Amino acid sequence: MSENLSAFAYLIASVCFIMALRGLSSPRTARMGNIYGIVGMVIAVVTTLAAPNVLSFTMILLGMVIGGAIGTVIALKIEMTALPQLVAAFHSLVGLAAVFVAAAAFYEPAAYGIGVAGDIAVASLVEMSIGTAIGAITFTGSIVAFAKLQGLVSGAPVVFSGQHALNAFLGLLLIGLVVWLCGEESKMLFWAIVLLSGAIGLLIIIPIGGADMPVVISMLNSYSGWAACGIGFTLSNPALIVTGALVGSSGAILSYIMCKGMNRSFFNVILGGFGGEDATAGIVAEGDKTVRQGSADDAAFIMKNAGSVIIVPGYGMAVAQAQHALREMAEILKAEGIKVSYAIHPVAGRMPGHMNVLLAEANVPYDEVFELDSINRDFASTDVAFVIGANDVTNPVAKTDPTSPIYGMPILDVENAGTVLFVKRSLSPGYAGVDNVLFYRDNTMMLFDDAKAMCEGIVNALGEM
Amino acid sequence: METEKLVEQAAGVAKGAKALATEAESLLAQVSNLKMQVAAGGTDTFVFYFMVFVLAIFVGYYVVWSVTPALHSPLMSVTNAISSVIIVGALIAAGPVDMSFSKAFGFIAVILASINIFGGFIVSQRMLSMFKKKK
Repeated sequence: MSENLSAFAYLIASVCFIMALRGLSSPRTARMGNIYGIVGMVIAVVTTLAAPNVLSFTMILLGMVIGGAIGTVIALKIEMTALPQLVAAFHSLVGLAAVFVAAAAFYEPAAYGIGVAGDIAVASLVEMSIGTAIGAITFTGSIVAFAKLQGLVSGAPVVFSGQHALNAFLGLLLIGLVVWLCGEESKMLFWAIVLLSGAIGLLIIIPIGGADMPVVISMLNSYSGWAACGIGFTLSNPALIVTGALVGSSGAILSYIMCKGMNRSFFNVILGGFGGEDATAGIVAEGDKTVRQGSADDAAFIMKNAGSVIIVPGYGMAVAQAQHALREMAEILKAEGIKVSYAIHPVAGRMPGHMNVLLAEANVPYDEVFELDSINRDFASTDVAFVIGANDVTNPVAKTDPTSPIYGMPILDVENAGTVLFVKRSLSPGYAGVDNVLFYRDNTMMLFDDAKAMCEGIVNALGEM
Repeated sequence: METEKLVEQAAGVAKGAKALATEAESLLAQVSNLKMQVAAGGTDTFVFYFMVFVLAIFVGYYVVWSVTPALHSPLMSVTNAISSVIIVGALIAAGPVDMSFSKAFGFIAVILASINIFGGFIVSQRMLSMFKKKK
């Protein structure tokens, strides 16, 4: 295939990838978008296979069959609750692949037209080093994120004194090594860069707490894109550069949205040390605060007599696997002519949009599910807010108390609803360690039970009425 | 008399040396000019790809903001799948007939990227097929 023709094919592939993301603007067009993505990938792969220096196909075919089989099996078997781990694991693979491609280019630069071994163009060396370094950081960082999400290691932040100084020092050392590599092209130096970057990836993710993982996953998503970009410059491949830039900016935007959802600055999250898996007891409820407690029957009675119900699901609901029982409850209410909708906070799940997928999996129609901005005003005109598995994202303290750690965080205004039904195991505070003042309001009824058991109880009670 | 001659000769030699120095200097300038031209030839393609890069970031910025928040999870898995287009680099490395380190690295990278391509697109398709409208 001539060089111009292949450049043109790569352009088509890039356009397909842009269309793939464009499709995601609405659930109606999203599946078509995914097809565009697949088409773009096929075009890019076929174009490369037709390149004049790709002559032997056995190894390539073998690699694709092995990788394809593993990927297919994993993708078909994965539980939707485990989606964040899966995505983290996939990011690590992109990072590692970037490192190996850069290594291949370093050992055989002639194949990529960037010089001969021992005399690679300096610009290519710089691009290659950037791709390698970001790739290695993505690799180890994603492994840590995976281990934290999968529960293989504690989600608690790992902090030690001089941590940031050490990271800064290693960062400078990395730049030094890259400069050295440009002067003296040695394989040892190349692998030293890989190892050092790997260590940096590890060190920058360990201080970040389990609950901040949505930001971390988005950030690593972004990194994997920039790594692909670096390699794209080395290979002078426009499809790779465009895709890398798309992925890089996508991850960056998602990180920004997640940070805003928690009212934390990006640097605050990156520097870490905030929130562990098991938050410390925090402020214990004072004795004079009284809590109104209810049963499944009470909840069923209240909701049955309501005109509208807004359900506020949080990650706790997914942990309790309550989404199907919850949807069943909503179906019964809807059959009674009650208006049911769902309100999702940006950080409701463990990754951006996670809660929407979990609800969709439980057959909740997507047009009943609303984002914070579009539903928040409706609470005032709603009879019942049903909070299940969420806590901090409903705490009015975020609006009233400037000393609170969650002050300024956008919250769902559930306290404006006629009655707040709050499903929770106990009065323990959320991960931010803040007591929720909502528990002690007159219009709040606490439903102390496991989320799934409570939903099933309400379904039974509704059936008997 | 002899000393005067010597001085004159020395002056002549000095003049010659000076001329040589100027010539060397101009040659050096020419060489560095050439070098710069060569380098400029190199940066030309870099500048071209850098332009592509910057424009792609802008495209990405606007396209991603138009993605509905409900589909942010599929967005991640789709971007993850398409970033595996890095496989093109792996294919070039794994392409030659003769076995080498480079080919081995390419082979590993082909496996890694393939896991991602298949896994990423399939899991996205699974997620997207769950999003249904009210009956």
